[in-house]
Amino acid sequence: MVRIKEYRMKSESIKKFLYILPFMGLLATFAYYPLYGWVYAFFDYTPPTPLSQSTYVGFKWFRSLVENQVKIDQLLQVIKNTFGMSGLGLLFSWLPMIFAIFLNEIKALRFRKFVQTVTTLPNFISWVLVYSLAFSMLSSEGIINGLLNQLGLIDSPILFLQDSEHVWITMWGWSIWKTLGWSAILYIAAIMSIDESLYEAARVDGATRMQVIWHVILPSLMSTYFVLLMLQIASFLNNGLEQYFVFQNAFNKENIQVLDLYVYNQAMGGGSYSVSVAISMLKSLVSVVLLFSVNGLSKMIRGESVV
Amino acid sequence: MSDKAAGLAANTVNNYKKHSSITDILISSLIYTLYTLFALICIFPFYSIIINTISANDLSARGDIVFYPQQIHFQNYLDVFKIPGLWNAAVVSLGRTLIGTSLTVGASAFLGFMFSQEDMWGRKFWYRFTIITMFFNAGIIPWYLTMRSLHLTNHFLAYILPTIVAPFFIILVKTFVESTPKELQQAASIDGAGVMTIFFKVILPISKPILATVSIFAAVDQWNSFQDTLLLVTDSKLYSLQFILYNYINQASSLSTMVNLQNAGSTAMATLATKQTTTSIRMTVTIIVVAPILLVYPIFQRFFVKGIMIGAVKG
Repeated sequence: MVRIKEYRMKSESIKKFLYILPFMGLLATFAYYPLYGWVYAFFDYTPPTPLSQSTYVGFKWFRSLVENQVKIDQLLQVIKNTFGMSGLGLLFSWLPMIFAIFLNEIKALRFRKFVQTVTTLPNFISWVLVYSLAFSMLSSEGIINGLLNQLGLIDSPILFLQDSEHVWITMWGWSIWKTLGWSAILYIAAIMSIDESLYEAARVDGATRMQVIWHVILPSLMSTYFVLLMLQIASFLNNGLEQYFVFQNAFNKENIQVLDLYVYNQAMGGGSYSVSVAISMLKSLVSVVLLFSVNGLSKMIRGESVV
Repeated sequence: MSDKAAGLAANTVNNYKKHSSITDILISSLIYTLYTLFALICIFPFYSIIINTISANDLSARGDIVFYPQQIHFQNYLDVFKIPGLWNAAVVSLGRTLIGTSLTVGASAFLGFMFSQEDMWGRKFWYRFTIITMFFNAGIIPWYLTMRSLHLTNHFLAYILPTIVAPFFIILVKTFVESTPKELQQAASIDGAGVMTIFFKVILPISKPILATVSIFAAVDQWNSFQDTLLLVTDSKLYSLQFILYNYINQASSLSTMVNLQNAGSTAMATLATKQTTTSIRMTVTIIVVAPILLVYPIFQRFFVKGIMIGAVKG
């Protein structure tokens, strides 16, 4: 009797797995199978010659990354850009939290809703659209230059988009513009779930507004902040391609190329697939190490894993 | 209730001692000023492009239209749709959004539900197998080579298949399902319902709020997608609107000549004000691409703020 029941449970549990099997297949195909593509990094691969006819070259491409000063300098610049832009993001990772805290302080309900609605909107448009907006506003015949010209502040247009020197900051600015309101939602959710009695206690003690923020709200948000910070550190090398791809031009190329964009430009622009694969392979490996270190760190400090 | 729907904490307002000290007033006015400024920075670009597309093209090309439209006309919208390929791209974008979204939402609902089934064989492993792909991937070049070896380059399915299993949406649904009372599923199970029946008859109907959220996210992702066209598509029949827009930003000058040539015969009255310029084409296409989001956004905003919170608070 017991055995039959056990058998039934077992078959039921396998049956449930069979339902999700096709989806796991999709995942295996589109997320795991591409890992096989890493072998290209070890071959002398130039399309359209198939891999089977390419020569195995071992770690040649990895060595080639550092074989002469020019290449080292180029790679260092790319790494510097990646670190610079991710670093700026990390440095200001508390902004959404502050944004949420002070949004919560606004007592006029309509205004608060309006701000939240409007600042969340940019998150839903693509980087191409952001670029198009940026172009319309900031290009030489754009609206800002038109305005400055009308006011007689400038004689010749300011070339905002060709600027290479401040590109880290402008790129950071655009991503803040796009994501600040949206990222704040998580913190607003966390503020909502703060225990009412904490406010009561603060009120009884006669706390001022800033004291409530400092002693009640901020500490309650720290765990959310910590989790998000860890995730951000784990994806330090993955700044993504789209933003930098659409904003890149001949003038700012040196300072805008992050690893993802560099990999793309090398392969699609320069045709050097093998080098690109070698770089993205290194990048993925570092990312995994980062993810697991961060996870371990979180377990050690908070006794809870992030992922 | 409406307050909560907008994602705001009603309980914290007016909870302070009623100080109206100088600092308090200072803080308040600072907060109001900063938030007003940021809100304006967020919407002004949209507003400004819209008024530029309906103003006289010669004025807008000079950057003269800043705060309000002048000499309103709608010729730009009529002309831009004459550009070959634009209708086609609109159909491609719409198609991938509709088909892709339904499949993604269906799969997310089902997988989110299945991963909440504690007795599933290898549940923990398969869940991690799914979630880890959010953080780790082979890189775009191996991905591109894979898609090529699967013959998915220049294929409509390349837009759909890779997006079906979406870890983030699965987490959202799973969290939601786990927050619903277990008794619902147990009761159905005792009545003899199998997994599929429970999914369709019990879970789907109660999961509407989270599914609405997932739908809008998935749809926005599909509509906004640019990278896959960039990497995988060379056949102009499969270009998406985003891709066309990107091209137009870079080469709109030749397009304006083309549109003007096409119009030269038919409308002799094409004046300076309605004659297409580089700027007018670029801005008009931008508005066409962003319009669906601007239209849908206010309707669904309440929904997804609530939805993301369900996922966030518990997850």
